[in-house]
Amino acid sequence: MPAVQLEGLARRYGEREALGGVSLSLQAGQSLVVFGPNGAGKSTLLRVLATLLRPHAGSVRVLGKPLPEEAWAVRGRVGLLAHEPLLYRDLTARENLRFHARLHGVALERVERLLELVRLERRCREPLRTLSRGMVQRVAVARAVLHEPELLLLDEPRANLDPAASELVDPLIGAAAQRTRVITSHDPARGLAEADMVLGLRAGRPALLRAAGDVSVAEIAQLYR
Amino acid sequence: MHSSSPSSPAVGSGLRALSIAAAAVMAVALGLVFFYAPLDADQGFLQKIFYLHVPLAIVALCGFVAGGLMAIMYLRTREARWDMRSYVAIHMSLIFAVATLITGSIWARGSWGRWWAWNEPTLVSFLIVFLLYATYQPLRFAIEDPERQARYASVFAITAAAFVPMNFIAVRLSTAYLHPRVLGSTSNLPPRMAFTFVISLLAVALLYATLCSCELAAKRARAQLRTLRRLADARAGAGADAGGQSRRTRSETPPMPAAGTLAAPAPRGGL
Amino acid sequence: MRRTVAALLRKELLIELRSWQSVPGMSLFALTTFVVFHFALNRSSVDGDLAAGILWVTLLFAAILGVNRLFVADAEEGGFDGFLLAPVDRGALLLAKALALLLYLVLLELVAVPAFALLLLGPTLAGTLPSLVGVLALGDLGVAVIGTLVAALAVRTRARDLLGPLLALPLFVPIVIAGARASSPLLAPRGGDPAARWLATLGLYDLLFGLIAYALFDFLLED
Repeated sequence: MPAVQLEGLARRYGEREALGGVSLSLQAGQSLVVFGPNGAGKSTLLRVLATLLRPHAGSVRVLGKPLPEEAWAVRGRVGLLAHEPLLYRDLTARENLRFHARLHGVALERVERLLELVRLERRCREPLRTLSRGMVQRVAVARAVLHEPELLLLDEPRANLDPAASELVDPLIGAAAQRTRVITSHDPARGLAEADMVLGLRAGRPALLRAAGDVSVAEIAQLYR
Repeated sequence: MHSSSPSSPAVGSGLRALSIAAAAVMAVALGLVFFYAPLDADQGFLQKIFYLHVPLAIVALCGFVAGGLMAIMYLRTREARWDMRSYVAIHMSLIFAVATLITGSIWARGSWGRWWAWNEPTLVSFLIVFLLYATYQPLRFAIEDPERQARYASVFAITAAAFVPMNFIAVRLSTAYLHPRVLGSTSNLPPRMAFTFVISLLAVALLYATLCSCELAAKRARAQLRTLRRLADARAGAGADAGGQSRRTRSETPPMPAAGTLAAPAPRGGL
Repeated sequence: MRRTVAALLRKELLIELRSWQSVPGMSLFALTTFVVFHFALNRSSVDGDLAAGILWVTLLFAAILGVNRLFVADAEEGGFDGFLLAPVDRGALLLAKALALLLYLVLLELVAVPAFALLLLGPTLAGTLPSLVGVLALGDLGVAVIGTLVAALAVRTRARDLLGPLLALPLFVPIVIAGARASSPLLAPRGGDPAARWLATLGLYDLLFGLIAYALFDFLLED
């Protein structure tokens, strides 16, 4: 059973089509990397897969469950790392993670373990608004994997991270995490290295969909022209 | 999904029949009001505003509640046409509510020498309901995403429709009922007055239905026009620039009304 | 469900403890409004209908400050999405927010009612305080439920600061009618009992709006 199966997925924003005609199938354990210029529909795709947006047409199955009908069965099995950290700025890293742990029914020890993994155990008592963007992004990574999701949805996961921090979160959201992943990226070389499959979007339509081995960096760069 | 083009001729003739019926019944009602219904012993000629004021009030309230029911249909089916109907019903009821307030105010001036009477619960309730519904359009047009707009407007419409009866009960409880009048009940009216009232109510209801149909037809036509224009654009630009045009693909959602439709004809009255 | 509500409420109160954006503002607003009423009416003491009116108007306007802030952190910092990603009942958010608002209202009244008795009220509250607390509690329930629904409706619009109060005030009118009528004899020089019908009206209104809010709240969250 594929982890993600899309058949003619479309999502409109008013009269404008934000996403249309997307069909693909992603096997469990594989990584799909989505390229495309800003506004091409990458984030929309992730939000549909995360059950935050309902599809307007086509069929969507995530972890075997059809959306939006069985969205409730998918929630809690996917982890979304969005552009915004989805964390409260007035709360500390620990408070934020504990809040999400309670919502997901995860043991609070896991919060401490994750704080160590993202090297924030020292600053976990300060409100997030006093932390740097990179640190907040590390907390957001911890939040996204808190409940050990089967499917990770990562929206430009390394955008605010320096190389050291990027390495730090690798065991959580990188290939080493051994989870099914859908990743959006603007970095052709790096993205391609992570991918098993590549989806190129242009104005909401798939312009490229192939196994990563058959795609060249130049082809991806072409999408942005 | 929904396509409005095949139904348009039927809409046209239905609208014409409705308009004619509304005009005819309105003429009959006016005739009855002035030549058939007896003069009221206490209030004299002024009492004739009753045949306009009360039907306006009843129709406006029913329209508000109907808007709420259509909003329930929208939330169940997610079909944009239900949201559009709910919008038009509430919009038209708002206009009728303004007319109710004005006619009520005139009546109050004539009967008690004041333009406003706080001890008249129906009028006071109307003002509160009107103030609530007056925020419907600002709420609607403060939301960008058309789908969220429809959803939030529906939640508002249902809440407000439920508020209407609760508000009437609360206001009525609060008012010392000083001026027992014919309002709302036709049972204690002389038969000629009651008959005139029923025909007036029918006339105002038909007027409401006609105006709503007009607005709906106009919105539908505008949506069709926009779709056609987009198609034409797409065809014209197809050869020249395929990439640029694929952004503007056809969509099946009828676009929601823009502001500025408030200039609909005001309800005609008998004075 | 109970665990989720507890987690949400705990988060809500933590944020309020950290930022102190609602309760102090609401309380200070109420105090200032009493001072304004003193000068605007040119009266040093009020009782009966007038006292009930001033108290309710002040409390409601202060409540609106809290209503306007209720969902701002969630709308601006992605709290809605964070909540929606969790496999929990969405009604829990309504319940937790309404409970938080209810608590804010109680805290507001702990400041505002003694201040009102001290600054403006002529008759003493000694004998009628328990009844007044009861009337206020019934009113608070309705304000909390309506306030939560309205806040959720207004927060993701362009004009939320304007729409919140505009939507809330007409919906509060029945609460003002019943609340003020019920508390007016309690604030009169000779002290009396609130008419049962006003308490019944308040209770019924609370109940009906609770049901409406519960039925409709989910639609404000999905996208």
